[in-house]
Formats: sequence, structure tokens, C-alpha cells
Amino acid sequence: MIKKSNENNDLMINSSLYRDLSRRARLLISLAALACCSCAPSDNEKADDAKDLLVYCSEGSPDGFNPQLVTSGTSYDATANIIYNQLVTYKPGTTEIAPSLAKSWHISDDGLRYTFNLRDDITFHGSQIFTPSRSMNADDVIFSFNRQRLSSHPYHGISGGRYPYFTAQSMGQLIKDIRKTGEHQVEFILTRPESPFLSILATPFASILSAEYAQQLNRLHRPEWIDSKPIGTGPFRFERYEPDAYIRYKRFDNYFNQSKRVKNLVFAITPDAAMRFARFSAGECDVMSYPLPVHLRVAQKNDLKVVQTPGLNVAYWAFNTEKPPFHDAKVRRALTMAIDREAILQTVYDRQATLATNPIPPSSWAYNKNIQKVTYSKRRATELLAEAGYANGFSIDIWAMPIQRAYNPNARKMAEMIQQDLADINVDARIITYEWGTFLSRLAQGLHHSVLLGWNADNADPNNFFSPLLSCNSAISGNNYAKWCNNQFDDLILKGRTSAAQSDRTEYYLKAQEVFKREAPWLTIAHANNSVLIQPEISGLTVSPIGNINFEGVTIHEGKSKPAETKERQ
Amino acid sequence: MFATLLKQIGTLIISLLGLTVLTFILSLQSDTPVHTYQSNSVFIQYFEYLQFLLDGNWGTSSIHKRSVLKDFLQHFPATIELILLAMVLAVTAGLGLGIVASTRRGGWLDNTLMTSSLIGYSMPIFWWGMLLVLLFSLTLGWTPVAGRIDFAYDIEPYTRFMLIDTLLHHNQYGFSAFLNALHHLVLPAITLSTIPMAIVARMTRSSLLAVLKSEYIRTARSKGISNQRIIWVHALRNALQPILTISGVQISIIMSGVIITEYIFAWPGIGKWLLEAVSRRDFASIQGGVLALSIIVIAFNLALDFISIYLNPRLRRPS
Repeated sequence: MIKKSNENNDLMINSSLYRDLSRRARLLISLAALACCSCAPSDNEKADDAKDLLVYCSEGSPDGFNPQLVTSGTSYDATANIIYNQLVTYKPGTTEIAPSLAKSWHISDDGLRYTFNLRDDITFHGSQIFTPSRSMNADDVIFSFNRQRLSSHPYHGISGGRYPYFTAQSMGQLIKDIRKTGEHQVEFILTRPESPFLSILATPFASILSAEYAQQLNRLHRPEWIDSKPIGTGPFRFERYEPDAYIRYKRFDNYFNQSKRVKNLVFAITPDAAMRFARFSAGECDVMSYPLPVHLRVAQKNDLKVVQTPGLNVAYWAFNTEKPPFHDAKVRRALTMAIDREAILQTVYDRQATLATNPIPPSSWAYNKNIQKVTYSKRRATELLAEAGYANGFSIDIWAMPIQRAYNPNARKMAEMIQQDLADINVDARIITYEWGTFLSRLAQGLHHSVLLGWNADNADPNNFFSPLLSCNSAISGNNYAKWCNNQFDDLILKGRTSAAQSDRTEYYLKAQEVFKREAPWLTIAHANNSVLIQPEISGLTVSPIGNINFEGVTIHEGKSKPAETKERQ
Repeated sequence: MFATLLKQIGTLIISLLGLTVLTFILSLQSDTPVHTYQSNSVFIQYFEYLQFLLDGNWGTSSIHKRSVLKDFLQHFPATIELILLAMVLAVTAGLGLGIVASTRRGGWLDNTLMTSSLIGYSMPIFWWGMLLVLLFSLTLGWTPVAGRIDFAYDIEPYTRFMLIDTLLHHNQYGFSAFLNALHHLVLPAITLSTIPMAIVARMTRSSLLAVLKSEYIRTARSKGISNQRIIWVHALRNALQPILTISGVQISIIMSGVIITEYIFAWPGIGKWLLEAVSRRDFASIQGGVLALSIIVIAFNLALDFISIYLNPRLRRPS
């Protein structure tokens, strides 16, 4: 029976906030609360607000609150889809481009001019130091890009003046100019046609910040607050960050997309995966990020909900083609045949991944279905090695990354399995691991024979795999750790990047994958699923193939009542 | 007495200088320099380093780009809250158990208590903490797994001491937020207090037993004073002196314990902050954190020395 009196109601709501208490603990606390209830009036509305809460156990602290300045997925999750919006976005759970702050766009025939028509009903968040006086317009878009693009911009040098993603994508060279062609219209002029441009604009670094807020901060002589006290247009507004503990967001009621959202969103920062799972199991969080394969198994056994999507990622074993014996394609092909990838899928990924045939995952529109899978055959591998003049085998190093990533939960284990397979074909492998920073810097110097690594795409365009990982340019100073430079392949991916029609692009990329397979600079291992665990009462949560988590549209069922409340209301 | 104080202060200054030399050497070893020095001479650089410290410039975290001193001060209240509760638990429970054991000397209760305290003393803290979480949080559901308060309570960190902040939000939540914060403190505090509690219990027992054998207690007994009064009024006061000393020494045990405890319970204090700095190779934070923690331990021991000198006139003469 629901008690009617206000006083009782207050008490009841207060106790309903109190989850997961045993009868004894509740008894003790109730006694203490009773002792002081006369002096404890509470506000019904606030308590109800507090109940409409979603707790996300995240894997780490963000590096900052401006997606222009950071590159980690953890920071993107905490900012790009929550506080901010971009001109275009991906449809939830897909890689299809959809309107966001721009309601429509037009691309000129030569592919050099992109005109965006902005929505005129977008409001920025407010805070104690800022109340927006106007809706979002072209000035905000120009401010957001020019801050990153122009070293003369007054905000360019604020907070270090480094824009890693903008620089890595060569946006400075690509964008010739950005012009305001109307109050709510903006035009990007490019130096060359760039087909992935729209996909790139859907990436977190392209979030739109408020130019008016920047002016306000200038007046306050605190321009750096633009990066630490973020103001965006997104579905939630930033409220508070306690370093290494939590981030608190509140629903933004003037959000242009009136999707269902919870009133309060909290990121409970819990870096240890076992601890995250314990908190999730005890009901302290509603959503758990990056579960380990073992957690997924336990969750499936216990009928817990898992949200899973095939990831836009790839785990690979790259051969340093600059070093013998890997300069010989025959040797590389032989080694790819010698590895039992099914066993790796079973042991390392606990079957939460699919076998990789190409460097891009099957969900990509440029995926070549006709490429033959590498067949696991030790006999054929030994024959190929003999043909290449290595009948007596050789010795190599395998560098295994020291950290866990979605695409590779345990590189060390994977290296050990590969080591065993190689021993069978007379190849002696030594496993090498360094601390992550050292590992990457030594890799960049090309000190490795071969390396187990992977890639998580940050936009859905296939070029996001080809150019950064396998182009000649990136072999010199990029992420091409096979140091592989093949002119035919390079030519094909350049054509793919600069052609406007998707049919042409597809054709180039299909051919590029054939060259890749023939030359075998990597053994492609797996495309891992992106997963989160959610409590049964949560619905509407999507994880994008890129790995971003999106809390827009997430609701908690009415049935979700904390134990104390259920008992009180019966 | 003045000479003793002077000697203590001299010791403090030498310890602090030694500490800064060590952290300075550490800073020279790191790949990313914490401070920019004007001089090329290492000797002068050391004095520049001292100047930076005195100015409150403890460097900037290479990961978060935040001031190390500010970070430290933000995390510190959480640690203090945990340590204080753990100390109160350790001292009160330890004293109680020690007194009970000494009055039942040789009996089954004495044996049980002393065996338990030996187990408590030898239990690795990370293992003990995880066992407690497994039993009380995950199996019985009596205590929270981690954190300082249920997120349903939106507590603005005015003082950063959660128990105080929840009371400052009294108008909004009544006392339920305070109780919830206390509830979150229980398990970490028990974990952290176990080893000091065992030490205090054993120390109290042996110290009390030694006092109870002395002449003046025998005289008191012969006068017919009740056993209760003898223990609580006459014996305990004298037995407290070594217990106080041993409690002070335990601050460094507690400090190392708090690092592990905070990690186990995702407690956002200094310990977790330092461990994460280590895992990220954030040398500025490691250096600043280690220096600050060491200063606290030295200052605490010095304060305790002063209290002992004040309480015990025999210590006032320098030996």
C-alpha cells in the first residue's frame, strides 16, 4: 500500500535511494534515521530526479573535455556524443552518415566545395558563467574549425595548441577555407577532392563549440575554461568531474532531438575490469564498459544482457618487410599459413570475434568477399619456406603489445600460441614486450621483426584502415608497422580516396585488397565485437561499430525499482 | 626541554632535505622534465627545485595537464577520512580486545583473541580486502563494492570530506546521504584497520600485563580496590605510553595500507591517484605524491614525539 502522508512519503523516498542494503543494515540505518528524522526534511522532486539515474562504469578517466584536444576512446565517450554534436553523425549502431547539426549538405561536382545548411533551432548549454543569447550558427562552426586550423586564431594556443586528430588527418592541408554563406549556412573549400570528408566530419574532433562562450571567457580572462568547463549542444550537459572518481551529467532539456533520456548520467570511473564487473554484479552500475571475454561468458550464463556489435577493428600480426627474411613475400605467406587462427579465436577471444580475411571488417561497404581465406596448413607452409630458401628455418622476434585493447584482449597469450605454431615449422620465435610508450616509440623506429597489434577505426570510411596502416607515407612516419610500401596498392588507395563516386571507390578498394592478400604484409587475425553489459531494465542503448557508446534514447524501465523501494511500496 | 625541541626540529629539517634530494634525483631521471631549470649545474638546480616547491609549483601532470599539488589536495581529504576512521577503529577495538585478553590471561578467550590478532596481522591486505568484498558485498550484499557514496546523491564537494559534505546537503537529503557515505566507509576502514588493530591489541595486552605485575598495583589490590577500577584507572593510564608510541609508528604501515585499500575499493584518494600515476608513468605526480606523503609521515611522527615529551618528563632531557 502506498502511504499518502507527505511526511511518510519523504521518508520513503529517502530510503528508496538506498539500494542493495541487507535487512540488518537497513534496520540499523532506519533506527539512526528515525532518531533524526524530525530534522531531516527532503525535497520530493529532487529525490525523484535522483532516481532517474543511469550509472555507467567506464574504464578510465578522460584526458580532457574537449574532443579537439584528445584522441583516446575513453575521452571521446565522455565528450563527443554526450556534451557535443558534430555537423553530421552516424545513424545509431550503424556506419551510415546522417544529419545532425547540419540538416542537409551539398557537394559540388568537382568535390571541392561542401555546403552545409545548419539547423536554426540548436541551443548551447548554459552554466553559472554563461547564458547563451543566440542559437547555434555559422560562426560557431567556423570558430570550432579555425581554432584547430589557424595558428593565428586567438584560441589556437590555448591548452597547449595541439590538435592531434586534426593534424593526423592532414585537415590543415585539406581545408583551404571555411566561409559563412548565410547565418545558418557554411561552406568548406578543399584543396583536393576527399571522399571520406563527410565521415571525417562525423568524428569527435569535429565537435562544434560555442563562439559566444569563447567571447565570454575572454571577458573573464579565463579562455582555458573552454576546455575544462565544456559547453556544447549535446543531449547532456556537463555538471561535475571528480578526477579518477566520477563525471556527472544532467539531461539538457532544450536539446534539439527530443529523444527519451535519463535525467542524470554518471560515469563511475573504474579502471580495473574485475572491479567493474563486481560493481555491475552488485547493481552499482547499470552499464559496464569493456567486459573481458570471461565476463561475457558469466553474463550469458546468468541471463544478463549483453549489447554487442561487430567492431570496425582488426587485430593483425605485421611483418617488418624491411628486414630479412620478411622482405620476401613467399616467407610472409608461409608464416600466415602456419598459424592456427581458429585456436586463437577460441583461446584469446573466447569466440567473441570473427576471423579476419581482409584488413577491413566485413561490415564495410568496400569489403572484398571474393578473397580466399588463408588455409591453415603446416605442410604447405614448410614447402613454401623451402622454396624461399629457408628449409632449415630461422629466428625472429614477435613483439606483443603490453596492454589490453578491444581488438586484442591478450596479445601475450596470442604471441605464445603463434610461437608454438612457428616452432612446428622450424621457426624460432622470441616474444618481446615493453612498457606501452616505449613499445610504440621503438616500433616507430622499426626495431621489430614482427608485431602483434591492431586498429580501431575512428570513422567508418574504409580509407581509415588503408591510408594510416598500409600506405607508403605511413610507412615512413605513421602506423604502417609492416613498413610495407607497394606502389600498385598505394596508387589504388589514393584513387579510392580521391574518387567521388562510391562505385569507383569500391572497385579500387576491392583491387587493393587483392594486392594486399597476394603480398601478405600482415596475417589478419580477428575482428572483435564491441560489447557492453547492461542491467535488464535498461533499453535503447547502442554501441556503434566504431566503439562509441551513445546514451541518447536510453531509458530505464518503470520496473527498475531499487530493492528498498519495492519493499516499501508493496 | 628547549634543547630537545631544537634537536627534533633539526632532525625534521635534515629528513626533509634528504627527501627532497631523493625526489630531485628521481626528477632528473625521468624522460619528461617536471621543472625547467635555469642553471646547468645540478647543485644550483637543486636549489631551484627547492624554490619551486616552496612556491607551490610541484609540477604538472604529464597525462592530465593539471597541477600536481592541486591534484594531491583534491584527493587528500578522501584518504584522511578513511585513515581517521580506520585509526579510530584500530585503536578502540585494539584497546578493547587487548584489555579483555589481559584480564583473561591464559584462558580460551585470550588464546582465541591473540590467535585472531596474529592472523589479522599476517593477512596480506589486498587478499583480506578482496575476501571482505566477496563475502559482504557480493555474497551477502550488505556493503557497497566501491566508491564513496551512492550516485543517487548529488553531493557538491565543498570540503571534499564526504561525511561533512553530506551533512552540508542536509536540506536536500536529510541524514540518509550521510549514512550512505558512512556505509561506504565501513568495509575499506575495516580492511585498513585490521593490521594496526592486531598490533594495538597485542601491545595493549602485554603492556597491561607488565603494569599489572608492578608493586603499586599490588598495593592497590591489597587496599581492596576493585579489579575494574585497578585496570581502568590505575593500570591503563600507565600502559598507554608504549601503546601511544606504537600507534604513532603505525602511520607508515597505514599509509602503505591505504594505497592498496583505495585500489581495492576504487576509493578516490591519494593511494589510488599514486598507483594510477605509476601505471601511466606520470613522473610529476609520482614525485609530488611521494614527497607529500613522506612529509606527512615525518610531520606526524614529529608531532607524536612532542606529545610524548609533553606527557613524559623523563624524555625532556636530551640523551
